[in-house]
Amino acid sequence: MAELKRYDNRLGLWGWLGGGRWGVERYAYILHRLTGLGILCYFLLHIVVTSLRATGRYLWVEGQFFHRPIFKFGEFLVFAAFAYHALNGVRLVLVELGFAVGKPIEPVYPYRTSLNVQRPLLISMMVLALIFLAAGGYEFLGLAR
Amino acid sequence: MRENGKARTINFHVTRYNPESDRAPYVKTYQVPVCEGMTVLDGLHNIKENLDPSLAWRYSCRMGVCGSCGMLLNGRPALACNTQILHIAETDLTVAPLPNFEIIRDLAPDLFSMFEKHRSIDPYIVRADQAEIEDPEGEFYQTPEQLEAYLQFTYCIKCGCCMAACPTLATDARYLGPMPLAAAQRYNADTRDDGRRGRNRLTGSSHGAFRCHYAGECSRVCPKGVDPAKAIQHLKRRLVLDYLHLARRKPPCEKMTGPGRGERLANIAPAPARTV
Amino acid sequence: MRETKYWTWHMAAGVAIFFLLGLHMLIMHMGGITHLFAAHGGAAVSKENSLFRDSALFFTITYVLLLGLALYHGLYGLRTIVFELTLKPAAEKAVSLVLLVAGLGLFGLGAWAAIAAHAIAQAGARG
Repeated sequence: MAELKRYDNRLGLWGWLGGGRWGVERYAYILHRLTGLGILCYFLLHIVVTSLRATGRYLWVEGQFFHRPIFKFGEFLVFAAFAYHALNGVRLVLVELGFAVGKPIEPVYPYRTSLNVQRPLLISMMVLALIFLAAGGYEFLGLAR
Repeated sequence: MRENGKARTINFHVTRYNPESDRAPYVKTYQVPVCEGMTVLDGLHNIKENLDPSLAWRYSCRMGVCGSCGMLLNGRPALACNTQILHIAETDLTVAPLPNFEIIRDLAPDLFSMFEKHRSIDPYIVRADQAEIEDPEGEFYQTPEQLEAYLQFTYCIKCGCCMAACPTLATDARYLGPMPLAAAQRYNADTRDDGRRGRNRLTGSSHGAFRCHYAGECSRVCPKGVDPAKAIQHLKRRLVLDYLHLARRKPPCEKMTGPGRGERLANIAPAPARTV
Repeated sequence: MRETKYWTWHMAAGVAIFFLLGLHMLIMHMGGITHLFAAHGGAAVSKENSLFRDSALFFTITYVLLLGLALYHGLYGLRTIVFELTLKPAAEKAVSLVLLVAGLGLFGLGAWAAIAAHAIAQAGARG
């Protein structure tokens, strides 16, 4: 058989984001990825900056940069990312270890999948994340003293 | 088209690609008269018969069983034969080949990469007593509950919709993907099978089950309700339990342990001679 | 099965981080509400409160634990994302090695700092 020319139709990075016709778990997945990367970037810098306290340099107290509003806002973003990543992570641990997806069932149309089984867990985790976000926002806006 | 039987024109935006003349796929639009009850597959036939005989796609059974006509319909993987045009389109409908596969021509993807991965996970009963598999002398007894543990995953028709919807497969060509992993779980969960530890080598590898992050798309688009995402999570749980040595070691079920003791009845005709 | 091992500990580390980093966040970013471990009052990040926490062995131990677990969890997560870009097997090995070296280096730095800061804070507390 002659070798046919093929067109590689792999979606690439666009396929991670989806095309707008996707379900809530797809968005949870992509947000989990983005918040994870964001927290990791902050964490690696955080290790270096806070390690300097062993040499007596408390950069976050002394440095001008760390008192700018943009840094405060950045810190709030890290807090928000953590709240989301941690609570969605709890769901993922339960789901990925097979606790929150239900047992195999007879597929009868309209199909009910494991997505329906874990959806209440997803919603409760997101509500909890919003509560933490509100409490963190209260603090960051300087309302709590 | 809400009025009974009255035809309406729908713009079919169909992806075309001819490997002999085109460098890349392009979209061609066809105006197709559509009436209630017409499937996307009917629409494609209409185009081929009346508008453009060069349009190519793959289909066979026309009733959601063979898994040949998986396509991207309005951006969502589905079977062309069991998707009604008027259920998903008001005026326009995009029809594209399943992504994450190579395109052979127009709407026909090359599913070979999926079948290769499927074959690699040993999608059949693996047992030490191979003689019993080759030349059975009795039957394996399974309770309805034991059957239910894998029955859902046997309904897979290998259409490739889940592979097209999977975000990991969008970038990771070596990831096994939802269909092969669900097939692995189908056999792992079968009490007659003893091949789980062998499959673990592949399903627990760096491009195996752990590249699934439960975006859930496979289960959302599966036209047979197989729920591959569920199968993969159960597969992961078993992998972790096996790694931690927490899984109960159960030998595969033996023959002739159930009601009737699996004895062959005298009045059953012998099996026909082997043809292969 | 090597990936199963890595992934199992990735999950376990995630659960431990949930509690450790949760505590850290309660102290640092919700201090105005919780007033946890801020012996000198005011902002949780002030030098006095930092020294107070550094002088407690509980914090030194949890800092080092959190550092190690979070580095493992985060760098394995990054490795997962990079591996999903279809690298050649040699490139995959190189990525794993770079992440391992970076992780160990940062763990060394952070652990040394936590222990040194503990010694300084204890010396300071004794006057």
